[in-house]
Amino acid sequence: MHAIARRRHHRAAPLLLVLMLLALITGVAAVAAPSATATTEASADDIAEGERLFAANCASCHGLDAQGTEGVAPSLVGVGAAAVDFQVGTGRMPMQASGPQALAKPPQFDQEEINQLAAWVASLGAGPAIPTPEQVDPELGDAANGMLVFRTNCAMCHGSIGGGGALTQGKFAPSLLETTPEHIYEAMLTGPQSMPVFNDANITPEHKRDVIAYLDFQSNGSPGGLSLGAIGPVSEGLWAWLVLLGLIIASTIWVGARSS
Amino acid sequence: MGAKLNSAAAGTANWADERTSIGGFVKFFARKLFPDHWSFMLGEIALYSFIVLLLSGVFLTAFFVPSMTEVHYEGPYETMHDVAMTEAFASTLKTSFEVPGGLLIRQIHHWAALLFLAAIMTHMCRVFFTGAFRKPRELNWLVGFTLMVLGLAAGFSGYSLPDDVLSGNGLRIIDGVVKSIPILGSYISFWMFGGEYPGVDIIPRLFTMHILLVPGLILALIALHLFLVFLHKHTQYPGGGKTHKNVVGLPLFPVYTAKAGGFFFVVFGIIALVASVFTINPVWNYGPYDPSPVSAGTQPDWYILFVDGALRLMPGWLFGLPLEWEIWGYTLSWNILIPAVIVPGIFFGIIALYPWLEAWATGDKGEKHVLDRPRNVPVRTGIGVALITFYVILVIEGSNDIVANLFHLSLNDITIFFQWGIFIIPPLAFWITKRICLGLQRKDRELVLHGHETGTIVRYDHGEYIEVHRPLDEQELWLRVSYDNHTPLEIAPELNDHGVARKGYRWDRFKQRLSRFYYEERVEPVTRLELEAAHHHHDAQGAHEAAEAEESSERLDDEWEQLEDGAKR
Amino acid sequence: MSAPENRTDHTDLTDPDVHDASHGDGGGDVMNGFTNPGLGEHRPRKADVDDKADRRAERQTAALFGISILGTVIALVAYFVLNDHDAGDVASIRQVNMWIGIGLFLAMIGIGLGAIHWAKSLMRDHEMIEDRHELRSSDEARAGAIQNLKDGVEDSGLGGPKRRSVLKGSLITALAVAPLAVLVPQIGNMGGDWNVSKFRHTLWGAGVKLTRDPDGAPIRAADVTIGSVFHVIPEGLNELDHHHLMQEKAKAVVLLVRLDPADLKIQEGREDWSFDGIVAYSKICTHVGCPVALYEQQTHHLLCPCHQSTFDVSDGCKVVFGPAKRPLPQLPIAVDDEGYIVAQADFDEPIGPSYWDRLKGGDVTVEEESH
Repeated sequence: MHAIARRRHHRAAPLLLVLMLLALITGVAAVAAPSATATTEASADDIAEGERLFAANCASCHGLDAQGTEGVAPSLVGVGAAAVDFQVGTGRMPMQASGPQALAKPPQFDQEEINQLAAWVASLGAGPAIPTPEQVDPELGDAANGMLVFRTNCAMCHGSIGGGGALTQGKFAPSLLETTPEHIYEAMLTGPQSMPVFNDANITPEHKRDVIAYLDFQSNGSPGGLSLGAIGPVSEGLWAWLVLLGLIIASTIWVGARSS
Repeated sequence: MGAKLNSAAAGTANWADERTSIGGFVKFFARKLFPDHWSFMLGEIALYSFIVLLLSGVFLTAFFVPSMTEVHYEGPYETMHDVAMTEAFASTLKTSFEVPGGLLIRQIHHWAALLFLAAIMTHMCRVFFTGAFRKPRELNWLVGFTLMVLGLAAGFSGYSLPDDVLSGNGLRIIDGVVKSIPILGSYISFWMFGGEYPGVDIIPRLFTMHILLVPGLILALIALHLFLVFLHKHTQYPGGGKTHKNVVGLPLFPVYTAKAGGFFFVVFGIIALVASVFTINPVWNYGPYDPSPVSAGTQPDWYILFVDGALRLMPGWLFGLPLEWEIWGYTLSWNILIPAVIVPGIFFGIIALYPWLEAWATGDKGEKHVLDRPRNVPVRTGIGVALITFYVILVIEGSNDIVANLFHLSLNDITIFFQWGIFIIPPLAFWITKRICLGLQRKDRELVLHGHETGTIVRYDHGEYIEVHRPLDEQELWLRVSYDNHTPLEIAPELNDHGVARKGYRWDRFKQRLSRFYYEERVEPVTRLELEAAHHHHDAQGAHEAAEAEESSERLDDEWEQLEDGAKR
Repeated sequence: MSAPENRTDHTDLTDPDVHDASHGDGGGDVMNGFTNPGLGEHRPRKADVDDKADRRAERQTAALFGISILGTVIALVAYFVLNDHDAGDVASIRQVNMWIGIGLFLAMIGIGLGAIHWAKSLMRDHEMIEDRHELRSSDEARAGAIQNLKDGVEDSGLGGPKRRSVLKGSLITALAVAPLAVLVPQIGNMGGDWNVSKFRHTLWGAGVKLTRDPDGAPIRAADVTIGSVFHVIPEGLNELDHHHLMQEKAKAVVLLVRLDPADLKIQEGREDWSFDGIVAYSKICTHVGCPVALYEQQTHHLLCPCHQSTFDVSDGCKVVFGPAKRPLPQLPIAVDDEGYIVAQADFDEPIGPSYWDRLKGGDVTVEEESH
């Protein structure tokens, strides 16, 4: 904490600030128009409450003005309400311990507080908004097209049906099987941590909804029975040895043993 | 009724015998003896899972269409709706979702395939560690080894048939490995795929290989394998009454007909249970093959994992030096050839030729029908454990992303750990296993010489406390002393009487070195003289125990005499 | 089924090699000075001595066979009752699969356990001994075999004074070359046109638009924001028939990434291959050809899920970890008048895994292609 506080007053800070502002302006300029619809209907009260929550819970790393701290936490200007809703709503932020990546945990704030935080961050600069219920309704999506989009863009990290997978150096792509449609949508839009950004020009809002429909379909389970984690042939092989061969060898011992 | 049935049976038997002389076969086979031990059923598991594979496979061929023609899915599964796919993939989905019980048969077939190879390898381990490959069974070891290799081919060709993304990427890896073969690589790739990868020929070709060529060869070799088992008669574990010249067991009819026949139904039943409850190879998750997508957890079925693990383990650069060489403008990819071709080649070569390797070291020319206890051949047991360790390391490395994700480790760290470990851990496993075996042999000596501890403490008149030891009964004694005491080979000197270097000296010298590696360090079995000396030693130690030992020794002597008399009669 | 009392004196052996072990003459082997003690004493089972236990074992066996019959009934009921051909939903497929399977399981395991239980508890379990004979043929048989072969050689005219080396040589030669009559045409046809130089060419060329995989929508430079990754196929790929589509897609797939230009180390000689931080690399691994697709936008590392070769996108896709040796080939790109990203040329080297003569033959260079 002290180290961070001290670093906030580093003498290079103004220079960094300017650089970051410049990067930000280019960044914002590059963001495609459709996703920049940060039209929050948040009231001034919400924004004020959000600012208060931010100062108390987030500012130690991200800075009071959310400009970030070099090497510690990124600037939040222009990340939009979607990023806040995802990061705080999945419990990844506030980050508890440093590690290869921020871990999901029970969220620290209720949805109202998250909305207030999001409203304040959104007021700092245009960014992706929290999706509407209609945008993430799996009933409206096409699961088959979702399958095609998912396997081209997502399956390499998250697995064929979103069971998760390993990345380099201890990082990992989490399982999506328990993730809410809103958070899936926001993750695609904002690209949290190692994940790349899939803006609306890359995966259109309709296709994002198709992906959600595909993942939602997985809640039906597997037609073949228990899925063994849906992580592919390794778990199948392990079960073939432990359960299948195990049961059969146990029965050979019974066959070979002398009856009493 | 009974009499009628009997006469009908006799009539049929007579009819058949007059045309086939089957009576002689029945006489020969019906009362053949088989020793009873659970580990002798491991090969049966492989045989029975193969029968289950044949039965379920025939059913699958009724629905599978081995074609790479494009169709659009019209079936009920929601996430596949109108997706472009090959007929192979579409018919796999149809078998799974539109043929009632079809998915069950698919899952039975796939689980049985995983079991088939697991059972073969477990069976090979049993044969290896008990020395059942020794003369006269070396050829049958080779037949079994070939069956394992054919099993791998059958498994891999079947895994690829549904033409899904997972198996398609597997084929692509095979293509990459084949292309790395010097000079001919690209041409072999074209030969396999009928042109450029992936083409439209590979699925029909693999289908023929999977349902005709490979299972035909497997069937023929199983027949040869079983014929040799009958010819050699089954091996048996050491114990009272068992020698290299007899076989002790229960007759094929009725005991083994019931046990082995019943066991087929047990194996089939357990496969059916697992197939009804656990999904395997959910191709509907992976989707039809497309060269662009790939999913996390892209792995082959477990039995090919070791090759995948070797490919993962091999670095492209070693200490700043490239492992892909460019020589006069030609490319030589050691980073692929070593892990995918050379290492598996050497590994399988050692396994195939092991019986000869050990025979050179042992120099014993007799037929061996009584099995070794693994502890009694420490070097062989050590080599076996080292080979298994090597294999398991490759399998774990082939699953390193799954392991990393499960235990929150870095997959890079796992790879680096095993890059060193592959050189260190198997020799360590050899050394530890050998020490354990020698320790167990010493323990056997202890038991033979001093008997079992009884926990009863006796105090002598002069104040000394001793624990009473119970001598081994004759069966246990025989088990613990009846093993060959192999010693390093003695060879003739290099120069013969005329001072001329003799032919074949180098070869003898090699065999002697090998023999020393095997038998230099050994724990010799207790001999009868030693046991008697130990009893006299006890004599000097204490009256009570000596008396007991004396008594037991006398008892043993009496019994031996009786037995010897019996043998003479 | 025989009753226990007449089972014990059953010694009707037809094979002279087989002895009943109760005669106790199995030993006679001496090792390390010890003599083989022969088989241990046979312990009777409960069912051998207790008639009640015998009948209980019989009842248990029959019950197991009964379970099997029940299992068959369950499987058939599941097929006729549960099965709803039209539903096709996941839950009903799972139900049918499970119940037919459990029925089959019971049908099989009932027979199996019943038969084994019968064998273990009711069939006679006295161990017997069979002699082995050495596998080696007798000396007479061997001599006979050798004589027969000699006679055969004699009869064929190959033995004796005439050596007939021409005859032998021509036969061996004929046998050796005859398979070629089958193998050459067969293998000759299996490789298609054998034109392995196809590895060098992809659908990319000057002006070919980069489009989204799988739907083929063209991509504007402005769409590719920092941290984005686009999976790309060449324009026009989707118009090909299925066969050629697969073949070309297997070579042409590309990954399009935008980095902060400050993070991007431009490779020498490739100064104009990228556009404002946007770079395009082949997606096919230079190791054994898996699609390399795991892009970590913070580290700019690209990971192959098959064997974990890791490439650094910010530094020419050079290998930073794993079994690959070469960087991923870069696709030179530009932006056309309408703002769409297009290729400047095909790759300047064969994509994908290495092969023997990948550096030989028809050099496809950027200069040649753009002419």
